Amino acid sequence: MADIENQAKKPGLLKRLWRFIARPSVSLSVGFLTFCGIVIGVLFWGGFHWALEMTNTEPFCISCHEMRDNVFAEYQGTVHQNNSSGVRATCPDCHVPKEWGPKLARKIAATKELYGHFVTRSIWTEEKFKDQRIHLASNEWARMKKTDSQECRNCHAFDYMDFTQQENRAAKNHQKALDDGLTCIDCHQGIAHDLPPNYLEAYRGVVADLIANGDIEPQQRDIEEAKAAIKE
Amino acid sequence: MRKLGILGVLTIAVPLAAGGIALAQQAADNDRVQTLRGAPIDEHVAVEDIFRPNEGRVSRNYRQQPPLIPHKTQQYQIDLAANECLSCHDWTNAGDRGAPTLSMTHYLDRDGQQLDSVSGTRWFCNQCHVPQVNAPALVENTFEASN
Repeated sequence: MADIENQAKKPGLLKRLWRFIARPSVSLSVGFLTFCGIVIGVLFWGGFHWALEMTNTEPFCISCHEMRDNVFAEYQGTVHQNNSSGVRATCPDCHVPKEWGPKLARKIAATKELYGHFVTRSIWTEEKFKDQRIHLASNEWARMKKTDSQECRNCHAFDYMDFTQQENRAAKNHQKALDDGLTCIDCHQGIAHDLPPNYLEAYRGVVADLIANGDIEPQQRDIEEAKAAIKE
Repeated sequence: MRKLGILGVLTIAVPLAAGGIALAQQAADNDRVQTLRGAPIDEHVAVEDIFRPNEGRVSRNYRQQPPLIPHKTQQYQIDLAANECLSCHDWTNAGDRGAPTLSMTHYLDRDGQQLDSVSGTRWFCNQCHVPQVNAPALVENTFEASN
């Protein structure tokens, strides 16, 4: 009889767990519990950060054949991989933001890439990759344009450029870009990877879409607006 | 007697052969590079010049010469998919970028029809146009223009 009553009274799993957590410690000191909390906290946070950094390395990127055989192969010999000064920008330097918030947002967005790799296999073959390339490139262009080429700016800044040391046409165009409020990606598409057909039209489309959505301000004045300004 | 003969021949032949080899060695040594530096230690060896691309327009050496390119083109993609030269030199972009426009002959197909985009027969710019650097010629050139 007593057994049946006890069984009937036994609370659910969640309730039992909550009771265990909420129950005050009987024999353990506050100091000990705090210490344990700190140690566990350090392990968890350190582990999280370690995992985040692990997925932010070139070897991790090229552990998938899609990256190794296409974009990584193209990147060989480009100026960001092979140059006189021996500085190298690897995949995450350009494709993952350095700031914590945007980095985490990018990492979460990257789960879609895992879905594409393991489930839909959207760029599994070279042909599939080439079909998707303009779409993939557009994503990166949009990201760069929206953030004023944030990843380029980690190393390159107009403020630190000595235009006198640049080739004449480079100096001239950089000054023009500075005056017109352009950003790196407006001219420098495909510096580390091959470009798809009609890339320039596609890029202009990306910028037009961003302006239409209100994500960025239009850089150049309308022709009508400029004409009006000249008349005044 | 015979032994003495062989000994006699050897005493003459061995020093002669040794001397000949030494002479040949010396002659060969004179031709060979003595040091990696290529000059005695107290002699100054000038660093090779670094040749940079000519900037500004280069005048043509003969009437039919394809104009030379006054900048580096190393990292520009010209292939089946894309032609990065056109991002400045195509008629649609040349004005904005302050670059010379392609000759209008480059917009004619093989039947002489006018096209809006560059003709496929003219797609690979570097088949005719080359960057020019201010370096001395690597090989002698005896080319003479026909006009």
